[in-house]
Amino acid sequence: MTTSDPMIRVTNLDKFYGSFHALKDVNLEVQQGEKMVICGPSGSGKSTLIRCFNGLEWHNSGTLIIDGIEVHQNSKQIRDLRQEVGMVFQQFNLFPHLTVLENLTIGPMKVRKISQSEAEKTARKYLERVHIPEQAEKYPAQLSGGQQQRVAIARSLCMETRIMLFDEPTSALDPEMINEVLDVMVGLADTGMTMVVVTHEMGFARKVADTMVFMEEGQIVEISPPEQFFTNPSSERCRMFLDQILEH
Amino acid sequence: MPEVSNFFSKLRWPDYLILAVLIAFFGYIWFSIEGTLNYKWRWELIPSYIVGWHSGREEYFANLLLQGLMATIRISIYASILALILGTILGVARCSANLTVRMLARTYLEFLRNIPPVVVVFIFFFFLSQQLIDALNLARWSRGIARQEDIWLWEFFFGDMRRFPSLISGVIVLALFESAFVGEIVRAGIQSVPKGQREAARSIGMSRMQELRYIVLPQAMKKVVPPMANQFITLIKDSSIISLISVQELTYKTVELVASSRMIFEAWITTAAFYFIICFGLSRLFARFEKRSDTR
Repeated sequence: MTTSDPMIRVTNLDKFYGSFHALKDVNLEVQQGEKMVICGPSGSGKSTLIRCFNGLEWHNSGTLIIDGIEVHQNSKQIRDLRQEVGMVFQQFNLFPHLTVLENLTIGPMKVRKISQSEAEKTARKYLERVHIPEQAEKYPAQLSGGQQQRVAIARSLCMETRIMLFDEPTSALDPEMINEVLDVMVGLADTGMTMVVVTHEMGFARKVADTMVFMEEGQIVEISPPEQFFTNPSSERCRMFLDQILEH
Repeated sequence: MPEVSNFFSKLRWPDYLILAVLIAFFGYIWFSIEGTLNYKWRWELIPSYIVGWHSGREEYFANLLLQGLMATIRISIYASILALILGTILGVARCSANLTVRMLARTYLEFLRNIPPVVVVFIFFFFLSQQLIDALNLARWSRGIARQEDIWLWEFFFGDMRRFPSLISGVIVLALFESAFVGEIVRAGIQSVPKGQREAARSIGMSRMQELRYIVLPQAMKKVVPPMANQFITLIKDSSIISLISVQELTYKTVELVASSRMIFEAWITTAAFYFIICFGLSRLFARFEKRSDTR
């Protein structure tokens, strides 16, 4: 792979749910180390798009190439892909029957076949990174929402993935906890991780995004660098959306 | 006893009326058994049919009712372990991504739901357990053990070794029958695990088997403990059906006792009491466990 090859290349992607056209002819490239923020009104296909990137949804036509490999509905290949692509969910989706430490080590141990001591070492390193090393022995239900989401980020980091996807990571959080999660994400961005983030946190977007994407009704309406995106978006619809969410 | 007086102080005249009617009803039944059938109650003989005294060898031995009770307990335990294994497989199959597997599991369930238990028991007995026991030559094997000395360990687990094949077919038939319902409980448990859990498992690269084993089943099994406990009690009650295929459990032994001693009422009331004590006791016990795990 040469450095000019993108990490994610999406060409003419289409996706249907029955007769509902969820993604319409989507074209997109994400370079290595690039931070892309995708926004748009709900139901615009943002989540569907990034869920295609790790095979939680399947596209119906077009091509999707991640890290040089074309994504097909092939179970062995998709498992390899998922080890390269981490995902953080809106609802955290921590495993409630496992402790924080076990949540972090189960993937490396069972999927990557790493020894327990090795996995725990890595887990503690990343718990440190998300600022909650002291919670390792607790169960997810004993943590606040913000802490749970940080554990979820650490869980993905433990798989040592090359790409991280964030599906509205702060939407389910109480306002006072949003910043602790965003801080962790900013810190992660500084490490050079390739990140694709679906979010409405425009402050975060301004701070870390290399590229802004605006989606509506399954289509990409605008792709531009943040300076242009926030000051002078080319589409009228994008301007209206930004006005609405930046109003207060 | 303050609790009892408290209970009586809560009663109003309609309650006394209902009690009076009930007493009159049972009194009438008692009277007609006594009078019309000319029935002679021999309650005093029942204890000796539970634990008998062998006058020749001068020792106590487990008589018909206790033998039957022990067999029922053994069969219930083994059958529920087997039913749990089969039911878990069935429940997982019901949630499988593969259509054929799902359909097979569903077909099995619908057969068991729509055929009377007695018929199911006979079908399983003749078509399955009987063939299996013949194929494995279990009858010869167990007779061999029965002839050996010092087989108390075998007898502790399986009772009379000469009856071993019949015990095994009882266990198999009962487990197959109950597995369908255990499977439904497991399926409900699996489906109660939120979709996000599976997605999270998949997103860290787990295969379907790993997802099921490490993420879905542990959570599902925790949720199904209360209905599973109820199903275990149901299984104990259902075990009386296998007396039809001559498995010598409590019901079968009671029939035997009635045939030989003619103590129809005493024997059946005693047997009913045995079942009631076991099942009611277990349901109280499970309720207490459940309450404790709730408060934790």
